[in-house]
Amino acid sequence: MSFFAGKKVIALGDRDGIPGPAIEEVIKASGGEIVFSATECFV
Amino acid sequence: MNAVIKKVAYTLTHAPDCLVHGGTTQTTERIVAPDSEYLQKLPNHLQKYEDVVNYAPNQTYIGGMTPSDLHDVAEPWYKNPVQKQRFAKFGEIMPQQELYALIDICDSFELVLLEEGFSAGLRIAMQSHPIIGKRDDILGRLKKGFEIAQIEDLVKNHGAEGLYQDHKLIGCVKKAHNIDENLSSHIILENLISKATAVLSVLHLMDNCDIALDEIQMIIDCSEEAVGDMNQRGGGNLAKSVAEIVGFTSATGSDIRAFCAAPTHSLITAASMVKAGTYKHVVVAAGGSVAKLGMNGKDHVKKDMPALEDVIGGFAVLISENDGVSPEILNEAIGWHSVGSGSAPQKVTEALVSTPLEKLGLKIIDVDKFSAEMQNPDVTKPAGAGDVPDANFKMIGALAVMRGEMARTDIPDFLKKHGMPGFAPTQGHIPSGVPFLGFAREQIMAGDITRAMIIGKGSLFLGRMTNLFDGASFVVQKNSGATSSSGVSEEQVRSLIAESLRDFAKGLLAE
Amino acid sequence: MDLENQERVKSLAETHGPQNIIVVLGAAEGEASGIAAETVTAGDPTFAGPLTSVPLGLKVYHICEEEFKAHLDADAYDAQVGMMEMVLNLDEIASEMEAIRKEHTKY
Repeated sequence: MSFFAGKKVIALGDRDGIPGPAIEEVIKASGGEIVFSATECFV
Repeated sequence: MNAVIKKVAYTLTHAPDCLVHGGTTQTTERIVAPDSEYLQKLPNHLQKYEDVVNYAPNQTYIGGMTPSDLHDVAEPWYKNPVQKQRFAKFGEIMPQQELYALIDICDSFELVLLEEGFSAGLRIAMQSHPIIGKRDDILGRLKKGFEIAQIEDLVKNHGAEGLYQDHKLIGCVKKAHNIDENLSSHIILENLISKATAVLSVLHLMDNCDIALDEIQMIIDCSEEAVGDMNQRGGGNLAKSVAEIVGFTSATGSDIRAFCAAPTHSLITAASMVKAGTYKHVVVAAGGSVAKLGMNGKDHVKKDMPALEDVIGGFAVLISENDGVSPEILNEAIGWHSVGSGSAPQKVTEALVSTPLEKLGLKIIDVDKFSAEMQNPDVTKPAGAGDVPDANFKMIGALAVMRGEMARTDIPDFLKKHGMPGFAPTQGHIPSGVPFLGFAREQIMAGDITRAMIIGKGSLFLGRMTNLFDGASFVVQKNSGATSSSGVSEEQVRSLIAESLRDFAKGLLAE
Repeated sequence: MDLENQERVKSLAETHGPQNIIVVLGAAEGEASGIAAETVTAGDPTFAGPLTSVPLGLKVYHICEEEFKAHLDADAYDAQVGMMEMVLNLDEIASEMEAIRKEHTKY
């Protein structure tokens, strides 16, 4: 069974690291379901 | 002809009491945990004015030392003060009292009240200011002081925002409307401080400048404040209000807002305006942000270090028609993050760095210096946000590796050669690429470097209108040597006319 | 962590059940990863947000951790994240994340 089966994924990205939408793309392509995605900016 | 970077100015204003009373970390804490240990301890972590003047990153920002000098100072920099002065070649570090004088000067609606004794002292201080002291028109705007009882009453009973010096109430800013929260005393204070610190930078810019005040035709403000009332929140034109105080009598103005990327967008806009011939001289300026004072204060207090985010930044840049000498902004190689660029770090870096360079036939390693997010790591590292400029330079280096310009093992050398330590206060738009522009101009004109790339990034998602990020970049390069008169001088024209007249006369004689 | 994001994480854990949630981080640095991971497992260490003293114990990974990467589409990862492996201190991030998971993750 897939790692993501039945799971809900929350993506918390970082503007100067990996932003939320980029994480979202990878998770979706890997069969995961995103329920919330955000990007933080520490500066 | 490309527009040039004619002059650059940078200023800081020490504002420890504004940090305590106006920074959002502190105002939030007073709401959610008014008795917190943080709020109790914070006053003991405030720096003295002398500490702020002798703090190496601050001195680098105003040009008292260079980024490479800063590189030689051991980190953490707050533990290794340098012995420096208030004024340096790009500007100054102003003490908080004089900031209050400046907001009084910038107040056109009798909203600022300063206590009479305090105000009298300020008048003397401002008279001896090397730039403002020469300007009777500006000094004349300083209002007469008020009784402290009246100020206390306004703060206690009428929604005014207190102004403090060494924790003592010395003045206030009144609300400008009874109902409209966009004109509340707190927002008026934020806007006035943004205006005042922009004015300070522009005054430094125009001091000893070849271009006269009335030659400036346009000013763009690129700060982060929203000036307006409830019918037009963010209506803007802080720019023109700055122009009025400074004495740009021939200028119009407008604001550009794009989060921290606004300075880069504004400089690209100004360079395009000048290149198009719309205006000959455009000033791009920004004051700083009260809200961001002490933003990471909790971490700083927890780690028993000074609350370093106690200065309000400002800068001003004069973009002029090509003078044949000053460094040019290359319009043909502007970088931007488009809606379709995506948010993968590689795509973002390509859009901002390699795509514009390709238009010039250049590689990443052909750019001598990159200036991206220039936040001071002394501030961000203890807060767990790492070294932001370093991370950005690493991304540029990593892209150079992926493009086969260098080996992965060359990244550390790339950082040393093409990057620099971050030295700007964490004031959002202030550190975003522009802090190096003054040094870039100098180093290019001295022949030390040929070109630099300025990169600004903006976190649009903070405004909850889009999940997109934004960024823009431009290349500043050594002047190509030609001037605005298309390379043909008056003398050359005269000799051409004389030559053709001679030919004509010869022709007549021959007939 | 941003207070609004804490609120969203809290309510999503309630809606879907904390055992069904996976939090994926993209922080640029070990310490920031650690703070975010701690927030969604043990509670907000800065005592500022809605997750203060709320030990959700969620399953949490940094997207660049080898252990998590094994479950990801390799092409998508390369395109969206790949370059950052040259930028981030992967060992530091992994050790922070492993320590937090070991101590605080319940699922």
